[in-house]
Amino acid sequence: MNMKTIIDTEGLGKRYGNSWALRECTLEIPAGHVAALVGPNGAGKTTLLNLAVGLAEPSAGSVSVLGGHPAGSPAALDGIAFVAQDTPMYKNLSVAEMLHLTRNLNRFFDQHQAKARLADLGIPLKRKAGKLSGGQQAQLALTLALARRPRMLVLDEPVAMLDPIARHDFMATVLTATAEDGVSVLLSSHVLAELERVADYLILMSRGRVQVVGEVDDLLASHRVLTGPAAEADRYTERPVVHVSRAEAQAHLLVRATADDPVPPGWEAHPVGLEELALGYLREPVAVSVPGPARGRHAEPSEVSR
Amino acid sequence: MTIDKGDNGSTGAAGESPPGAGEVTAPPPRSASQIEFRLDPASGVPTYLQLVQQVEHALRLGYLKPGDQLPKVRDAVASLAINPNTVLKAYRELENKGLAAGRPGQGTFIRATLSQVALPELAGLRKSLLVWLDAADAAGLDEDGVVALFTSALRDFYKRRADQAVHGRAASDDNETEGVA
Repeated sequence: MNMKTIIDTEGLGKRYGNSWALRECTLEIPAGHVAALVGPNGAGKTTLLNLAVGLAEPSAGSVSVLGGHPAGSPAALDGIAFVAQDTPMYKNLSVAEMLHLTRNLNRFFDQHQAKARLADLGIPLKRKAGKLSGGQQAQLALTLALARRPRMLVLDEPVAMLDPIARHDFMATVLTATAEDGVSVLLSSHVLAELERVADYLILMSRGRVQVVGEVDDLLASHRVLTGPAAEADRYTERPVVHVSRAEAQAHLLVRATADDPVPPGWEAHPVGLEELALGYLREPVAVSVPGPARGRHAEPSEVSR
Repeated sequence: MTIDKGDNGSTGAAGESPPGAGEVTAPPPRSASQIEFRLDPASGVPTYLQLVQQVEHALRLGYLKPGDQLPKVRDAVASLAINPNTVLKAYRELENKGLAAGRPGQGTFIRATLSQVALPELAGLRKSLLVWLDAADAAGLDEDGVVALFTSALRDFYKRRADQAVHGRAASDDNETEGVA
């Protein structure tokens, strides 16, 4: 069974009351990546995740997962493991009881793997889930999720509440699972700084819309920061400008340009990091960059519209 | 933000006493390879390139020799919490440079060493560099100034090289981007 995509959406939208939490979302997220869903609070990240795992029903459009299964269908539920925002636990159950419960609620559960992983992490089976540290609770939730041997792991703000060591260990467990079993990962986050080493696919959202989609390497290769005199900043028109930050004398332009594009005289071009790129777009919520393959049919390719 | 050490397994899983009397401490868990990668998030160098550079550095300094195995992808991923594709990309780059080769089912191994300039030549180059440093000092440049000047000259030098390689012949008169910061 070869699946090319983990999530396909077509004109997907979700409305709560009068306001749209997600609008006109058309996406194809390829399998085999660690895809990061990034955006400010209220951008629609959790809504998109809930739609993908079948916890919410679309108000418009459609969403399918794991190469074409409707979200929420039995095949989809079997192949996806979801760890929600605050890694909810039954606080009065012991770790062993959580294992037992999860095993009985799922069609497949690798008890052996789960126990081995908990032993590696030094999480005692007898301890009550509510008495574990935050990092251990997150690791327990992750262990239970991975023991279902999912083909896609969905994590909603997985590390937001964790201290630096717990954060590192948690992500190491996730990434080791992708290295060993080829699990595709979709995670939402508003911690930009750590994404660069973790994610190789980016979906940037703001105000309920998808703003930027693509492989991280492609996005970084197709953007540059130009630094030069502020007085000339407005005259730069060779390539689409995403974001301008300027002082009295000097200005930085985030532009869609490759290393081969010419640099105007008096300007310097620098490569851009993932965090800088994401911030540039998030500060210009109307700038859109949704390149070729990941697009729906009604979109002009590779354009920045301001 | 608190970092509670006690929780991360250092207490030793309850009920499992270490085997043997415990005089001989077991070797640290990750020591299969000669080197261990580290990352500098502040360097601005892409992660895969940092890994490539660390292997090259280790080759120059003799930590790695032909036949040595590079850290397994899984181990590098687990210790650095980085994307597996990043490690694979770094190893592919090392293979393209002819420095390493993958063996199916085993891992990636060093196959060549970096060509070193012969020692006498190195000494001569160092001497002429010291003469230049004297001149720079006499001209009033401080250490940071020297580094900035050297770095920018170095960059220009290799950039021109690369441009010449691309354009076949040196376009010597009109060099449009002469921007020395």
